[in-house]
Amino acid sequence: MLVDILSWVCLMLGSLLGIIGGIGLHRFPDFYTRLHAAGTTDTLCAALFLLGLGLQIGVALASLKLLLIFLFIYLTSPTASHSLANAAMIGGLKPVLGK
Amino acid sequence: MKHNLILRVVSKFLIPLIFLFALYVQFHGDFGPGGGFQAGVIFSAAIILYALVFGVDSAKQVIPPSILLFLASLGVLIYAGTGVASLMMGGNYLEYGVLASTQLAGQHIGILLIELGVGITVMAVMLIMFFAFAERGRQQEDKKS
Repeated sequence: MLVDILSWVCLMLGSLLGIIGGIGLHRFPDFYTRLHAAGTTDTLCAALFLLGLGLQIGVALASLKLLLIFLFIYLTSPTASHSLANAAMIGGLKPVLGK
Repeated sequence: MKHNLILRVVSKFLIPLIFLFALYVQFHGDFGPGGGFQAGVIFSAAIILYALVFGVDSAKQVIPPSILLFLASLGVLIYAGTGVASLMMGGNYLEYGVLASTQLAGQHIGILLIELGVGITVMAVMLIMFFAFAERGRQQEDKKS
């Protein structure tokens, strides 16, 4: 019962972060802030979702697979954000400052 | 390419794991989601990632296009050869049951061979298409300069 409540708290927090990230992606003024909104919320959102699902399953082969998915997202999502920002910076896109 | 240090390190770490996952999808395809087509796409995606990060020329050193042409036809040969083999052993075309002593073992061998052929062909054709598109822009640039 307690595990069930914990897993639902994780799932709800994860979906809240997903919604916040979506709003940020829609409302922020320029590329870099949008990338920040998408990139930072994305990692924790997926992590909370996977933790919630893992608590639903318990100790099994499927929860090991969820752990592996978490590891790959943990590695690839920040790398993708970093290389996007890097490419935009080299391409000469200036951030919007001081509004 | 010197400024992409993080990208290079992470992709060096991830590319072998992508290959491993492609093999898992390939050979687990008859028990779970997956199969030859998906495995071939994942396999070629790993090499395309390598080509995007380290350059097309070093990717061509990993898999030369002449070998890709050979692999693309080898996969079709495995597929059709399995069908002809089952014809030779007294069944219909692609009737896997006659390939081994029992019906069940024959089904297993048949589906594994078919999926292997599909995977090899899809991997090779995806890479041929990628290299063709990557080369096209470069040849036009060479003509300009």
